[in-house]
Amino acid sequence: MGKIKPLLNWIDARFPLTATWKAHLAEYYAPKNFNFWYYFGSLAMLALVIQIVTGIFLTMHYKPDAAQAFASVEYIMRDVSWGWAIRYMHSTGASLFFVVVYLHMFRGLIYGSYRKPRELLWLLGVLIYLCLMAEAFFGYLLPWGQMSYWGAQVIVNLFAAIPFVGPDLAVWIRGDYVISDATLNRFFAFHVIAIPLVLLGLVFAHLVALHEVGSNNPDGIEIKKKKDPKTGIPLDGIPFFPYYVVKDIVGVVVFLMVFSAIMFFAPEMGGYFLEHNNFVPADSLKTPDHIAPVWYFTPFYSILRAVPPLFGSQFPGVLAMGLAVMVFFLLPWLDRGVVKSIRYRGAVYKTALALFVISFLVLGYLGTVPTNIWGQFGGWLGGAERATVVARIFTLVYFLFFLLMPWYTKIDTNKPEPERLTR
Amino acid sequence: MRIFFFALLLAPAAVHAAGGDIQLDRANIDSADVISIQRGAQVFVNYCLNCHSATAMRYNRLMDLGLTEQQIKDNLLFTGEKVGDPMSIAASRKDQRQWFGVEPPDLSVIARSRGVNWLYTYMRTFYRDPERVTGWNNLAFANVGMPHVLWQLQGTQVLKSQIEEQGGHKVEHKKLVLEFPGTLSPPEYDQLVRDLVNYLSYMGEPAKTRRVQIGIVVLFFLSFLLVLSWLLKTEYWKDVN
Repeated sequence: MGKIKPLLNWIDARFPLTATWKAHLAEYYAPKNFNFWYYFGSLAMLALVIQIVTGIFLTMHYKPDAAQAFASVEYIMRDVSWGWAIRYMHSTGASLFFVVVYLHMFRGLIYGSYRKPRELLWLLGVLIYLCLMAEAFFGYLLPWGQMSYWGAQVIVNLFAAIPFVGPDLAVWIRGDYVISDATLNRFFAFHVIAIPLVLLGLVFAHLVALHEVGSNNPDGIEIKKKKDPKTGIPLDGIPFFPYYVVKDIVGVVVFLMVFSAIMFFAPEMGGYFLEHNNFVPADSLKTPDHIAPVWYFTPFYSILRAVPPLFGSQFPGVLAMGLAVMVFFLLPWLDRGVVKSIRYRGAVYKTALALFVISFLVLGYLGTVPTNIWGQFGGWLGGAERATVVARIFTLVYFLFFLLMPWYTKIDTNKPEPERLTR
Repeated sequence: MRIFFFALLLAPAAVHAAGGDIQLDRANIDSADVISIQRGAQVFVNYCLNCHSATAMRYNRLMDLGLTEQQIKDNLLFTGEKVGDPMSIAASRKDQRQWFGVEPPDLSVIARSRGVNWLYTYMRTFYRDPERVTGWNNLAFANVGMPHVLWQLQGTQVLKSQIEEQGGHKVEHKKLVLEFPGTLSPPEYDQLVRDLVNYLSYMGEPAKTRRVQIGIVVLFFLSFLLVLSWLLKTEYWKDVN
């Protein structure tokens, strides 16, 4: 023990080790009333670490070559020691990363964590989400199965729908006239280095911004407003270490149990995490009957399909899909509510939020199935596909949630916020 | 009514490769039944592994099933390959395209893309069809390029259509009827196909049994860890509460 103190002093004179430990853990004061929804920030970091570590081991055996990629994945599954475990950790991790991030974003939504002074924190978060989507998209091509191939084909063709520059842009992205070896190679580069680098930088900035403004909480009030006059410590704050560290460990273990249950007993998750058709090697001459992205993209895919083409161009659908993601950036400025947390919001906001959640889930489901799943309406609706009509209605609800937000958050009758945190 | 009949006539065309409209029979395989998988492996190397390859699968991986290297060499290796080699085939891809119109797919992970019920149904629903070049058609995979390789075992089936009165409507039923019996009785043939599908399922993911075993240990360990971490949390949080 006696030798540690001088060593620490030696380091502290050259690097802010103790200061960093204090500022970000031992003396970082977090509201004491975090609930279930507050596990998903630390879990998202865990998911990121799992993806990076398993990803490193996968790159040691994977071959980014159109002629070898599919076989190299099966080689990992069979001939590499523990290869199957690493591959399933990576594939399960990808889906659960999105589960965790969606729950994390939903937390921000219900407790108003995007509101002043956390606008930048929210923007950085949405950027992380965008990066994650790019990361997942690039990664999904790598197993080089039919869904990898045709999914990439569909998404790259979206860019081709952009007026004037579209077709050239699509060729530029693919590096070829079709998805090919060249595309696989560049997607590999994006997946294993370019996007992860950006992602790590953004996560770091996200944490810096969080620790600057401090965490929001389920009551949506600022704990920094009530400080102990002597110590200057927020009265409702507790140090992150040890309290939230030991609490998050419980969350981590529960998360790992869910993770293990899927990875060891149902890694395909009924075709939602690993699509059945992706066990067929990519074939540029055979288009699958039904192309569906993995579940985490399906709400946006539904929106894409729901918007009707204009003058024979699919661009409106592409635009709507893009806007459906981008609109999250505007959230801090769309919300004109007096209170932040759903606990003190009125019935109007709660209804709007419920409709939004329902539309997100219904769109998500519809994106996994063919548009003719529910058959067609009779002649009175021109024989339109039922699922497409439903998708259009919910696409409208999705956008109205954001577009009408300045209005309905203002007219809502709120309850008064408490002075101090409630339990 | 006429439209309805027309739709029925077109029905086989609508049955696409993924299984489509046909009701799949349940394979009811038992992945713990190693003997069944061993028998399936024998059927596989005898009947499938001439046109189809399984290049992700090595012969000696079959030691998972309790076979010795010598048993594999004596009973399952018919070519000059070594026991550590993958199950590849000698036929050239180009020739195969000419013979069948398509390359027979590699079967390493076929059970994971098609599903065991589809495979079980497919291998049992071949029927004579003089319209086809091979003389064969299939209910689960319309106009398939593959002839019925197991016909000597199953016998030959034909597709008979019957028109029945049901509640005032005429409904056409199409049914497979055994025309000439094979060397196996129908229940014996079903069992043979079940063994084969069991093997294909095993080959789709040989690590599956081990995966589940390890998963149980991992979950036990995590449950224990959950109790410990919960106790740790409550101990620390006494001060807060």
